[in-house]
Amino acid sequence: MSDLLPTGHKKIEEMRMEGIVKRFPGVLANDHVNFDVKAGEIHALLGENGAGKSTLVRQLYGLYRPDEGKIFINGEEVVFHSPKDSIAAGVGMIHQHFMLVPDLTVVENVALGLPSSRGVILDLDRVRKRIELLCQQYNLKVDPYAYIWQLSVGEQQRVEILKALYRGAALLVLDEPTAVLTPQEVDDLFITLRRMADEGHALIFISHKLHEVLAISQRVTVLRDGRVVGTRPTAGATKTELAQMMVGRPVILQYEKSPLKMGDILLKVENLVVRGDRGTDALKGVSLEVHSGEILGLAGVSGNGQRELAEALAGLRPVKSGRIILNGVDVTHASPSVRIATGQSYIPEERMKDGAIKDFSVADNFILEDHAKPPFSSRTFLNFRSIRQVSERLVQEFNVKTPTIDTPIKNLSGGNIQKMILARELSRKPKVLIASQPTRGVDIGASEYIHQRLLEQRQAGTATLLISEDLDEIRALSDRIAVIYEGEIVGIVDGKTATTEELGLMMAGIREKPKA
Amino acid sequence: MAELFTLPVLLGIIYSGIRLATPYLYAAIGETFAQRSGVLNLGVDGIMLMGAYTGFYVAMKTGNLFLGLLGAATAGLLMGLLMSVVSVSLQAEQGISGIGLNLFGLGLSTLLFKVTLGGVESIRGFQPIRVPLLGQIPYLGEIFFNHNLLVYGAFLLVPLANYVLNNTTFGLKVRAVGQNPQAADTLGVNVTLIRYTTVCLGGILAGIAGASLSLALINLFQENMTSGMGFIAVALVYFGGWRPWGVLGGALLFSFVNALQLWVQVKGINIPSDIAVMMPYILTIIALTLSGRRARQPQALTKPFERGEN
Ligand SMILES: Nc1ncnc2c1ncn2[C@@H]1O[C@H](COP(=O)(O)OP(=O)(O)OP(=O)(O)O)[C@@H](O)[C@H]1O
Ligand SMILES: [Mg+2]
Repeated sequence: MSDLLPTGHKKIEEMRMEGIVKRFPGVLANDHVNFDVKAGEIHALLGENGAGKSTLVRQLYGLYRPDEGKIFINGEEVVFHSPKDSIAAGVGMIHQHFMLVPDLTVVENVALGLPSSRGVILDLDRVRKRIELLCQQYNLKVDPYAYIWQLSVGEQQRVEILKALYRGAALLVLDEPTAVLTPQEVDDLFITLRRMADEGHALIFISHKLHEVLAISQRVTVLRDGRVVGTRPTAGATKTELAQMMVGRPVILQYEKSPLKMGDILLKVENLVVRGDRGTDALKGVSLEVHSGEILGLAGVSGNGQRELAEALAGLRPVKSGRIILNGVDVTHASPSVRIATGQSYIPEERMKDGAIKDFSVADNFILEDHAKPPFSSRTFLNFRSIRQVSERLVQEFNVKTPTIDTPIKNLSGGNIQKMILARELSRKPKVLIASQPTRGVDIGASEYIHQRLLEQRQAGTATLLISEDLDEIRALSDRIAVIYEGEIVGIVDGKTATTEELGLMMAGIREKPKA
Repeated sequence: MAELFTLPVLLGIIYSGIRLATPYLYAAIGETFAQRSGVLNLGVDGIMLMGAYTGFYVAMKTGNLFLGLLGAATAGLLMGLLMSVVSVSLQAEQGISGIGLNLFGLGLSTLLFKVTLGGVESIRGFQPIRVPLLGQIPYLGEIFFNHNLLVYGAFLLVPLANYVLNNTTFGLKVRAVGQNPQAADTLGVNVTLIRYTTVCLGGILAGIAGASLSLALINLFQENMTSGMGFIAVALVYFGGWRPWGVLGGALLFSFVNALQLWVQVKGINIPSDIAVMMPYILTIIALTLSGRRARQPQALTKPFERGEN
């Protein structure tokens, strides 16, 4: 067998991390971790939010220096001071948050930071030719001259893979690559990943979705609280076993749902037309009703108007025509604060951008909405004692992993930021809840907890609009399911009887057969 | 009013408009580089003053205008370096450190001027050079091809800057660092180095902008002689949508109105002179409010970079 990859770069036969220790203020993120991966292998890394997965691979990519421990490539010790060193050693990484420059083209993003064949002058044409070759070799499809902002998330991810391949990555780390993909895009990604492994690349795959891990990997390593719980061959492992290893206790994967107690209509959307970012209508006359005590699921492939609907409901996007009635009040053009006061909670899809302030502490983020009300303040003064008490309680209840409630949230792991926002929104006891992808990037234990809280709220009479691409989640929780396609509601079906096939067809824009 | 619209007057307005655009072009093109990499340098005016003073002093003492120019560039470089240390390495708030740099430049140039020169003296600065052939074209030759070296330099700088930004590996790094420094960092781009380079380049060009005042346009040095031109240059970067050609458009518009306003005063037309002087500034404000919406500013502008943040 040749020791070269199709890209012409050398294989990494084996990468080994030994006794890796990494500390952050107040946190032991990695505690003597041993981890290895071999050429031709896909090694999955599992663990709850904050278990230390991203931290481990970031050290492999030169973004952090280990406090203790060593990294070996092909038996030789390596020390990475910056990504430049690790790239030179053949390591590539797809980050949990994409690392692309939206205002640049695909070719420019790939060429960034590389020497050019023409000295100081860019040679984008040559880069494009090599990109096209790589696309062929690895079964990827991207328009090299498109701007990143014009691409779907799936396409953007292909650009990330291209960037790594172009730099000769022999070992590719994928940090939660599927969190934002549609099921179809996940299938496409897996085809590429399998091909890469067949060609002799070594791959590290991080995900919270057990079925993905079982489908793609040869070995699984589970981390908990910074320590390795165990490494297993994937063949023979089961979901239940892996879930238990991750969480440290048995996990419920099925829910008990109390019977539906449908009440008044609390949220009513009439013929809503809303413009998208590109200036065209993203919603073309959407009508929905959500009753008290009901969860209405909104299914659909992302990019069909879900984000615009959620933002219009939250008051973050102007409405062109149509009406939004919240608890009997017309809030079509009302500000977010009016809607919050009327009893609406909103869990945004882009939590980093729309749901939290990065440099604020956990406690300050908890009181963003209700800081002007008791118990957090009285007569214009903040009541720090009760702010602390409530924050401590929420952190406990929702199991948010943070050193203290004064830690700025930018230092929390991705999933824990989400839990923080969920804790805030759910604890407000909302009348109406708009939940956009509430469990995206959240670990199994937390997903389970969030789902149970959503069901509890339902029983307490909240009207919930659950927007999700995860059909399993939608089917497990929803009383009725609406399917959106190209800005229109294709149909609404009963949550108990809907089948995946039926929903799949509707998500592709094929209308419900008229009932005979 | 009619006397404004005679041919010689119109030609005169265009000629001085082009001349007056020179300092704005140097300063604003330099600032474009800094801002495209994510650093807002509000200290341009202070750097221009240091450039104007140093250029004037060196040229005066050595009798060599080019050495003066070199001195101005060096002074600008040092000021740029200071700004980089404070805003890039120490991650100070950029707006505040820029204002500090301004006050520093104003104070230091005034002090040095008083200590070394004392009174107002003038110098024989860069003289117009008529371009062979092109300079002979009737009217056009006079307006466009009979300027001093610094004017030609300023206008050549525009396509050059545009080329560097869009067609070189350095330019690509600058654009990427200004939009998403984390992404650039993960590809091995040295964010700090790029920002130092652009801010220092901006400093050098602002220094030369100052020298274009003291060695070509006005030919003397005076306390606070820029009177806020550096701030106009920063505004022009916004106006030009962070693109060199846009900056050129803004600089020309601004200086044509300025030239027009000067002629209005010279001709003694019946408009209060205070209003006339205000015209270019009012126009800038109007133009800025109109253009502000469509321009896309570098996403990381004013944000310090730290590795490993989410
Ligand atoms: N830059 C940082 N500064 C301080 N603490 C940090 C930093 N980065 C991570 N941590 C802490 O280290 C721990 C591990 O975080 P890490 O991001 O590795 O988790 P993860 O396993 O990737 O979780 P997720 O599934 O949520 O992405 C967390 O407790 C987090 O708060
Ligand atoms: Mg992570």
